[in-house]
Amino acid sequence: MVMVLASTVVIAVLPLVFILGTLIVKGAGSLSATFFVASSVPAGQTGGGVGHAIVGTLVIVGMACLMGLPLGIGAGIYTAEYPGTRLATACRFVADVMNGTPSIVIGVFAWAWIVARQGHFSAYAGSVALAILMIPMVMRTTEEMIKLVPHSLREAALALGYPRWRATLTVVLRTALPGIVTGTLLAVARVAGETAPLLFTALGSQYFSLDVSRPMAALPLVVFTYATGPYQEWHRLAWATALVLIIVVLVLSLAARLATRQRYQRN
Amino acid sequence: MNVTQAETSMSLPTPGRQPTLSERMPAPPPSPTIAIEARGFRFSYGATEVLHGIDLAIQRNAVTAIIGPSGCGKSTFLRSINRLNELIPGTRHQGDILVDGSSIYGRGTDAVSLRQRIGMVFQRPNPFPKSIFDNVAYGPVLNALVAQRDLPDLVEQCLRQAALWDEVKDRLDEPGTSLSGGQQQRLCIARALGNQPETLLMDEPCSALDPIATQRIEELIDQLKQDFTIVIVTHNMQQAARVSDYTGFIDSGRLIEFGDTNQIFTAPANERTEAYITGRFG
Repeated sequence: MVMVLASTVVIAVLPLVFILGTLIVKGAGSLSATFFVASSVPAGQTGGGVGHAIVGTLVIVGMACLMGLPLGIGAGIYTAEYPGTRLATACRFVADVMNGTPSIVIGVFAWAWIVARQGHFSAYAGSVALAILMIPMVMRTTEEMIKLVPHSLREAALALGYPRWRATLTVVLRTALPGIVTGTLLAVARVAGETAPLLFTALGSQYFSLDVSRPMAALPLVVFTYATGPYQEWHRLAWATALVLIIVVLVLSLAARLATRQRYQRN
Repeated sequence: MNVTQAETSMSLPTPGRQPTLSERMPAPPPSPTIAIEARGFRFSYGATEVLHGIDLAIQRNAVTAIIGPSGCGKSTFLRSINRLNELIPGTRHQGDILVDGSSIYGRGTDAVSLRQRIGMVFQRPNPFPKSIFDNVAYGPVLNALVAQRDLPDLVEQCLRQAALWDEVKDRLDEPGTSLSGGQQQRLCIARALGNQPETLLMDEPCSALDPIATQRIEELIDQLKQDFTIVIVTHNMQQAARVSDYTGFIDSGRLIEFGDTNQIFTAPANERTEAYITGRFG
């Protein structure tokens, strides 16, 4: 029995090991200082890098966080604090549905509402799409983490004469904070790797740009474009970019793990 | 979301009992000896009434113990005094509780300011996941009771009053949760004292502690009654006999007997009280 279960574990982690191995073998060789800072070079030339896409991903994901985190955390606090209300129940249901919605659907939505109306692709349309993806994830994590805070702590604050909103902000939220940070980092890691919602919105670009109303490059888009392109040089860059992307996601996940561990140590 | 209804700001007489003179008088001046007075106090969770009219006067600067079998309503009564029960949706009350002669449901009193005047210690130690210093400073900082520069003095004073200072004075910035269970409970007492309350409510404060920690808390209660009015709910009758000056016995939501602790434990007037304290039920 143990052997059977152990072998399922091995089979389950095998793809991860294989993916990482392939990426390192095929991509690590192309990593260089130029790769991280340079922008694309015209097709046919060798060299170039994904500096423009790294900056683009930071800008697009950063703006998505600015929009998605306050909304997600705020809604999460509401559903945890007023769990029985009709609004909270509806909110929870919608979030669960949205969590299961394919990201390409959200990309099409952002395209229809922002890109098609304005008549041009833009980085902020991509950010809106990613923010919509983040909100339900962040909201549900926030709610779960707040629910984990012992009721006795809340009562202790209230018994000291804290009004309910201050008890929530200072004691409950502070106690739940490491968990919320973890959930947020995981949500960021997830959307940072999303390609589909960006295809119709941020579109991608060959050039370094900080103008959020124009198309902007992003790491997943670079992988998509280069990997499907006809040139050997592009394939090489696609492997290296995929490696960078998975490293970014791994680092975010590790940071999330670290935030959680500190929490357990403190208690 | 609070459905608590202040149906009567005046007292509601218990059925079958003539209202006493004090009940018919509007807002008497604060009594020098009575800190808290319940008058025909009833309390319900939803459709279930758990307190069926409690009349009880709690003496100032004394320890009053409330005893009774599990589920009799003694904790509900205690948590009614600082209106902490109201946070549970669907609760209702009738009758009144007076603190220093004025109703806790009166127009001039709100639950938040009431809870600043009445400290509470819970069954399980529940320090905040903050430093020892911040735990004690939490109340006074909120209520702006002292200037920032006087805060360390106040924290020291409260920790001394809670007999914890000597054990923690060198590690005030360590988390409160790093202390032992008994120390945590004394920290919670210090935290309650930080608000400089007049009254301390204790809801089975020793039930999660070992005998030695329990003894420390009991000694502490004895010291604290110099400065505070203490109401302690306990299911431990030896503890009630040891620490309290007055004892009330509640059974099935009714105050069966109330009086001097010595009298209750040596010559109870009611046979149910006698049956309970001699261990025949409960």
